[in-house]
Amino acid sequence: MATRNADAIAAAEKTYEWGFSSDIEQDFAPKGLSEDTVRFISAKKGEPSWMLDYRLKAYRHWLTMESPDWAKLNIPPIDYQDAYYYAAPKEKPKLGSLDEVDPEILRVYEKLGIPIEEQKLLAGVESDVPQRKIAVDAVFDSVSVATTFRKELEQAGVIFRSISEALKEFPDLVRKWLGKVVPIHDNYFAALNAAVFSDGTFVYVPEGVRCPMELSTYFRINAANTGQFERTLIVADKGSYVSYLEGCTAPMRDENQLHAAVVELIALDDAEIKYSTVQNWYPGDANGLGGIYNFVTKRALCQGKNSKVSWTQVETGSAITWKYPSCVLAGENSVGEFYSVAVTNNRQQADTGTKMIHLGKGSRSTIVSKGISAGRSDNTYRGLVRVGPTAENVRNFTQCDSLLLGGDCGAHTVPYIEVRNPSAQIEHEATTSKISDDQLFYAMSRGLDQEAAVALIVNGFAKEVLQQLPMEFAVEAQKLLGISLEGSVG
Amino acid sequence: MPACAGMTTESNMLHIENLHAEVDGKPILKGLSLTVNAGEIHAIMGPNGAGKSTLGYVLSGKPGYDVTAGGATLCDSSLFDMAPHERAAAGLFLGFQYPVEIPGVSNLQFLREALNAQRKVRGEAPLSGAEFLKIARAQAAAIGLDAEMLKRPVNVGFSGGEKKRAEMVQMGIIDPKLAILDETDSGLDIDALKAVGDGINRIMRKPDKAVLLITHYQRLLDYVRPDFVHVLAGGRIVRSGGAELALELEREGYKDIAA
Repeated sequence: MATRNADAIAAAEKTYEWGFSSDIEQDFAPKGLSEDTVRFISAKKGEPSWMLDYRLKAYRHWLTMESPDWAKLNIPPIDYQDAYYYAAPKEKPKLGSLDEVDPEILRVYEKLGIPIEEQKLLAGVESDVPQRKIAVDAVFDSVSVATTFRKELEQAGVIFRSISEALKEFPDLVRKWLGKVVPIHDNYFAALNAAVFSDGTFVYVPEGVRCPMELSTYFRINAANTGQFERTLIVADKGSYVSYLEGCTAPMRDENQLHAAVVELIALDDAEIKYSTVQNWYPGDANGLGGIYNFVTKRALCQGKNSKVSWTQVETGSAITWKYPSCVLAGENSVGEFYSVAVTNNRQQADTGTKMIHLGKGSRSTIVSKGISAGRSDNTYRGLVRVGPTAENVRNFTQCDSLLLGGDCGAHTVPYIEVRNPSAQIEHEATTSKISDDQLFYAMSRGLDQEAAVALIVNGFAKEVLQQLPMEFAVEAQKLLGISLEGSVG
Repeated sequence: MPACAGMTTESNMLHIENLHAEVDGKPILKGLSLTVNAGEIHAIMGPNGAGKSTLGYVLSGKPGYDVTAGGATLCDSSLFDMAPHERAAAGLFLGFQYPVEIPGVSNLQFLREALNAQRKVRGEAPLSGAEFLKIARAQAAAIGLDAEMLKRPVNVGFSGGEKKRAEMVQMGIIDPKLAILDETDSGLDIDALKAVGDGINRIMRKPDKAVLLITHYQRLLDYVRPDFVHVLAGGRIVRSGGAELALELEREGYKDIAA
């Protein structure tokens, strides 16, 4: 699967290969945002009344808030009334059966190289990477259209559903955890999300269970002028393990589209969640026209003793990326990790990083951030390491490296370190470099053309992060890095 | 794309005609002419600043080195019409005086990608991981470099001697037709010098290959006996001879020749 996708990527020539849009009959909410919109969404999804109340409370709170302004980002004002907050493909697929899904939609995922049909996975596909089963939840615009491998997962006791379905099938479980890590009032976009989120993924892994396969969700924004507000909630019960991956693409359009997602992770005693993201939203054209605004709140609560959450992100797309996947390390000896490669080219902007909040004794965190700037872009790492007064023996290691390609781009680092316990050991290293002409020529003199040489050197720079990704996605991410930097040197 | 296939001892491997070249607007090569046939080893010697390294950079296409007059052919194809990576695919290899470090990229990854890129340009099938590994290990063993070094990032933390041995491993894997070795002996102790010399003989002393040894001192030539020795001074070749010319230079120095 990943290799086919990689081949598709390799065939692209300085164009955003996923920029096609598809003609699919869709259901829209009336344009604009009001309480009626919120009710419309909740009704469409047939939600329990407590869910509607939650949404309304969030919406009313959002109305009192102001869009935050502190990031090193240049964001043109967003007209929240000039968008659709619900767009769903008209054919609602029957649970677990792909026959009901609009074949056009299946073709979209086929084109993206994403395996919705389990048969394709189980058949031997040539690849130099061993074939493994990966369960996929495909979200097309606001709606989850297919989720694979349900039976196998059910046998293991793992719940892997779209949030909409989970709200119907396991309402108490969802209600217990929803909003516990990112509450309504957390920030402007989280409030908006809580009001109008349409779908996303819910995962619950029971006690002692090691999820038998990787879980993944592919988000595809298709309809114009819609916002994508997905909500993901993953709960790993005591002693369990799950590895989850999300991938994202969107068509090329002249207008900006807002993607304001919320991801909440909860890890109980001795549990571990590995969360990987390969983000390739449409970045806008060379002059900065169009592109997705990727404003996301992602946070993990390492509640249990020895719990662990590891965030790995490869961000190559979006006009503006604004996100800080974080860990609240509440449990004793809990571990938080953040590995990131953020690429900005042309006129892209990124202000991204993490927050590691150490509350539990003996908690540890590792942060490795690789920023790559090219074109006339701006790339900022913003990180917080906070140690509470009763958190004894905390350890943190942070490394943020910037690579600059060309003379018109920017790399910025804004680290915050707040330590209120004297036993803490905090390390911070930072480097800034550029690809030297000597390195390029050396590689070219051995037979690599300029694009290949840049890709090779950039991948070497990002290697420490890329090797955190599940194998198949590491290959895809490598190719993506090369493609996103095409034309950046010279 | 010339693969320099079918080169015989009477063939022109490299033909340079009245080459003029500048670096940052400053003329360095001022009418250099040279012919190297297949099966020959040529040594280029001369005082510092004469343009020896410049010759290597110009032939391999380093940016910032501009040809202002004259031309050169590699196996009868115009060299300066080709991009650096195309020259490599055509069979040209430059052994760097100061091999460059590439953090995060292992020698194995670098060389496999480079070799397969060359093979692609030549219309040859790429080597599989296993095939490549076999060749790489054999080359490392032959030059006396620990195979573990191959897994390390290119030249990072390598001593001077290890870097030069690593260049030989690269040359052995890539197996070029024409090797231009820029002061390959600089910074080497006796053992490393012998190993590198043996490597050059093993890999390049063949009837269908040729070597341009750019060297300041005579000592490498004790191990790699040249067929021709040229003195490069003032941007041109001012004298040519056989192997004994190098010994004469060692005794007399450059000042009389480089007038």
